Amino acid sequence: MISIVSKEIEFSRLYKRLNILSFFLVILSVAMLFIKGLNLGVDFKGGTLIEIRTENNQVRISDIRQSFLKMNIGDVTVKKFGNDKDYLVKIELSDNKNSDFIEKINNQLSTDLGSVVNFRRVENVGPKVSNELLKDGLLAIILALGAMLFYIWIRFEWQFSLGAIIAIIHDVIITLGFFSFLSYEINLSIVAAVLTIVGYSMNDTVVIFDRIRENLRKYSKITIIQISNISTNETLSRTLITSITTLLALCSIFFFGGEILKGFSFAMILGVVIGTYSSIFVATPILNYTKVTQKTVLKEDSELN
Amino acid sequence: MLYFSKTKIFVIYFIIILLSFFSLTNFIETENNSLVKKVNLGLDLQGGSYLLLEVDSNPIIKEKLQNKLIILRKTLKENAFKYKNLTLKDKNITFSINQNEINKFENFFLNKNNLINSFYQRYNSYELDYSINEGVVSINYSKFGLIEIANSSLEQSLEIVRKRIDEVGTNDPTIIKRGNNRILVELPGLDNPNRIKKLLGKTAKLTFRIVSDDNNFGSELLFFDKSDQKLNISKRVLLSGENLTNATPSLDNRTNETIVSFNLDRVGARKFGKVTTANVGKRLAIVLDNKIISAPQIREPILGGNGQISGNFNFQSATDLALLLRSGALPAPLNILEERTVGPDLGEDSIKSGSLSLLIGFMLVIFYMLFKYRFLGIIADFALIINLVLLVGILSLLEATLTLPGIAGIILTVGMAVDANVLIFERVKEEMKTEKSNIHAFDIGYKKAQTAILDANITTLISAIILFFLGSGPVKGFAVTLGLGILTTLFTALFFARHLSSIYVMKNKDKNIKV
Repeated sequence: MISIVSKEIEFSRLYKRLNILSFFLVILSVAMLFIKGLNLGVDFKGGTLIEIRTENNQVRISDIRQSFLKMNIGDVTVKKFGNDKDYLVKIELSDNKNSDFIEKINNQLSTDLGSVVNFRRVENVGPKVSNELLKDGLLAIILALGAMLFYIWIRFEWQFSLGAIIAIIHDVIITLGFFSFLSYEINLSIVAAVLTIVGYSMNDTVVIFDRIRENLRKYSKITIIQISNISTNETLSRTLITSITTLLALCSIFFFGGEILKGFSFAMILGVVIGTYSSIFVATPILNYTKVTQKTVLKEDSELN
Repeated sequence: MLYFSKTKIFVIYFIIILLSFFSLTNFIETENNSLVKKVNLGLDLQGGSYLLLEVDSNPIIKEKLQNKLIILRKTLKENAFKYKNLTLKDKNITFSINQNEINKFENFFLNKNNLINSFYQRYNSYELDYSINEGVVSINYSKFGLIEIANSSLEQSLEIVRKRIDEVGTNDPTIIKRGNNRILVELPGLDNPNRIKKLLGKTAKLTFRIVSDDNNFGSELLFFDKSDQKLNISKRVLLSGENLTNATPSLDNRTNETIVSFNLDRVGARKFGKVTTANVGKRLAIVLDNKIISAPQIREPILGGNGQISGNFNFQSATDLALLLRSGALPAPLNILEERTVGPDLGEDSIKSGSLSLLIGFMLVIFYMLFKYRFLGIIADFALIINLVLLVGILSLLEATLTLPGIAGIILTVGMAVDANVLIFERVKEEMKTEKSNIHAFDIGYKKAQTAILDANITTLISAIILFFLGSGPVKGFAVTLGLGILTTLFTALFFARHLSSIYVMKNKDKNIKV
């Protein structure tokens, strides 16, 4: 890998093609989000989630579905969850639920399946709370974007800020687009993942930008395109090593961390890959499009002095 | 950058030793816990129930307005107002008066010592709002009146909820106020919250009322608790649960039936004696939350202040009724807005898979760094180990709550923490191309990498802080470990690893160091 790094890669030759690709992915994701929407979990839509473990291996998923159908408690989805004995049941929100309806479901299910059914986890979220959680989640993402904008606005010239923010929005939209496309569930931990992705992508971009600014000060005759290439190459090995160690940690969560953390780690893996890509191929080209020169940097320097 | 004063070195290692101690105390089983600090396990790891309850103050508002209506009627009469159509509808009391009495009414209603409309000094506002439109007066609760009701019913409910949960006897329950009308209940170790939910779902308003023979004006038709039978019950409450001093489940010696025996306070005993004396031969209905539990015949006056309730109880239901009666009635019904329960076996599984993925992630990163940087990799790995120890130490010192997403936050910290050292090593590598002296290369490398390290960590810290304030439940645990992880990462990279590097470089200043 070191040998590759020591050779200069002309990243700028890929700018145009990858920018078009990114543009299409963003459009596609937005279309996905508008047409298909997100698969909101009980945290944000309200309803009941039950993780079931059956004592009996012979239980079939259709038996469980049949039993719920008989109970007549509205829209119920049942799917396998991890191993053979575990199932995840999602019951849509309805208002005719008494405080003992979970107990009733358990009794009915145990009778129908002919063996004891263990409710390993129950999450029951009412409409009021799910609305609040959704509002808080959106607010958190907007606040994070705003805070990053503020931070980079203080640290850099406006062209840099624009590049970084477009890159972050690009990452968030495509990550959510993937979730929409795959119908993966959005719950509280996905919001946490998105916020972390925002931080990670920003950090990756800032490291490259820092180097670009440093190099802009150093060389006066070189175009921004070349400076971008030099700076990306100089920081490339750091960019890759950090992405790899972060991905190693995340893959460990994805494969060994249990079913509950699957969605979270998947979103993070997606976000780290997209975030790394976007700092090189989305944020940096924008400096070219906005015609950053040595003057841009020196002007700010003189203003500071 | 490579020079460390003796004091600085002392402080750095003192902090490391101190926090290592607190991270070790997690694994010590001891009764003496003055020095031992431990990480708390969240409900998702140790199993337990989380309930968010909302106090529904609508019935109280209605009830209070009903009382206001009675007092208002009385006072309007006393003050010789000519009023018409005094009614209560939808939280509004309305009546019409003559145009020429409007001034008089306003004077009376806004008198700070009047009996209906209290004046709150602290809000500088009245309990009730009123409006007059074409001779029709409309009265309802003001914003502050509603706040007062909400506050007092929340306080009372909190008290009763606490009593009921304490009586059930769960481990270390957390019962706290949330906002102005919510109660948050956390019950660690409880895998089946059904009983608690049932107990909290009842207001437990107990009344003793006479069964009336016909459906006359002063009576209402009520159902039995356990059957579809109905009875006409007088609306007049002879005695209520407030007069109870104790209630216990017991066995009736004659019938061998489970019953609930109760004791009354002095006032209650006197009232009960009087009522039972006056109504011998009639049926006395025992009504709980507008459902009849039983309606036995009064055979003889009950004077001792003790009584019993029978009603086809089994031992569990008798115990629960006694518990409800002992803890008293809730001022308002409680709605369960949110419930999250994790069974202890799932919690155990989560701890196992969390630790396993932490271990594997940790090993992967450690080997990767060794492979990438050889000897400097050892420094980075050593820093990573210390980082993890410090993180656990701080979490223990703060007695923070560790959740499953929190463990994910620790693993993520492991993955991202090496970034600081990578930034430095890469920079040192670049400097070595032009710089002859190893010491200089490291010195400049550290100096130049510093801004990037700060940038990298500040952006993640911003996300963690926002998540901490806006996230809820287990996700908050993620924000905590991620945020604290950044602090320990900065500390280990900028102080501990730098000190190790400086020792290494000083020893090998003339050798050819390969980064």
